[in-house]
Amino acid sequence: MIVRILGEGQWEVADTHLGALNHLDEQLEAAVEAGDHETFSESLHELLVAIRTTGDRLPDDSLLDSDLILPPTDATLEEVRELLGDDGLIPG
Amino acid sequence: MSLMKRISLIFRAKADKALDRAEDPRETLDYSYKRQLELLTKVRRGVADVATSRKRVELQAAQLHQQSDKLTQQAQKALSMGREDLAREALTRKSALTGQMSDLEQQRAQLQGEEEKLTLASQRLQAKVESFRTQKETIKAKYTAAEAQTRINEAFSGISEEMGDVGMAVQRAEDKTAQMQARAGAIDELIASGALDDASSLNRGDDISRELEAMSSQSDVESELAALKAGVSGPAGGQALEPGDSASPAEVEAAPVQDRKEQEDRP
Repeated sequence: MIVRILGEGQWEVADTHLGALNHLDEQLEAAVEAGDHETFSESLHELLVAIRTTGDRLPDDSLLDSDLILPPTDATLEEVRELLGDDGLIPG
Repeated sequence: MSLMKRISLIFRAKADKALDRAEDPRETLDYSYKRQLELLTKVRRGVADVATSRKRVELQAAQLHQQSDKLTQQAQKALSMGREDLAREALTRKSALTGQMSDLEQQRAQLQGEEEKLTLASQRLQAKVESFRTQKETIKAKYTAAEAQTRINEAFSGISEEMGDVGMAVQRAEDKTAQMQARAGAIDELIASGALDDASSLNRGDDISRELEAMSSQSDVESELAALKAGVSGPAGGQALEPGDSASPAEVEAAPVQDRKEQEDRP
């Protein structure tokens, strides 16, 4: 599975790690919905560290599409909300 | 994978929307390549803009440092003249500058971070654009318009995602730089207004300088007066040179005598 961290690059992550990543992802999403800044930055940080350490970095010149995309390391909760709300989920 | 999946779907939708499909898909390749090069130029310009902002902040920090050093010197001078009140005033002003200086240092570090991020982003984009160009040429050479479509889709998806990412990075850097420029502008105004007693306003002088100068010009007068007094009471010093001088007339007299003797000796 290919994961992109915005502003950083792409990693190939083995499916065996997905369980742990899913758990952190759920935490992160819940924090965004609840507006919980502290949990948001903690889970984002943990999630990014997990991807960087368990994944293999793709070379810069690869033209592969990512399956999953994560916010940049210094993203704020508001920025992520904007990213999600901004014309993305509106069909068409 | 909800959040991560949602963001990736959003990126895909955006990339799809941004893609201008031409009738011959091979033309779409050229068009997209042109847009990639434009984005590459934009990122590089972004790096230069952030660097300019960083240099401006560094210049301001240097000005504040200079001003802070000046206030320290003023405080020392005031104290040596027994003016604790003036020294206290100078140090109070100096402590007001300290907050500004640490704020500027934070800004500088943040701008440097943005600069590094954008530099890396432009390197990644460049690598992908080159890779895309190679694929584009291969596709155009090998496939008919009908056959090319699936290959093109593959090549596009990766580069479009990167373009979306880099576009966002440039936007974020621009936003951050704009915020800091507003603050830098405020500090420039503060320096220009003299509220921070910028070192460039030395000829006008601030009140502490004026008071210290008035005190030192007073003591200069005293010391010069003392020097003059010492000069008036020491005329004997001038006479001391005369014994040395009187030696030479004696030599001058002696020489002609010898000359005369020589002349007399000659036949």
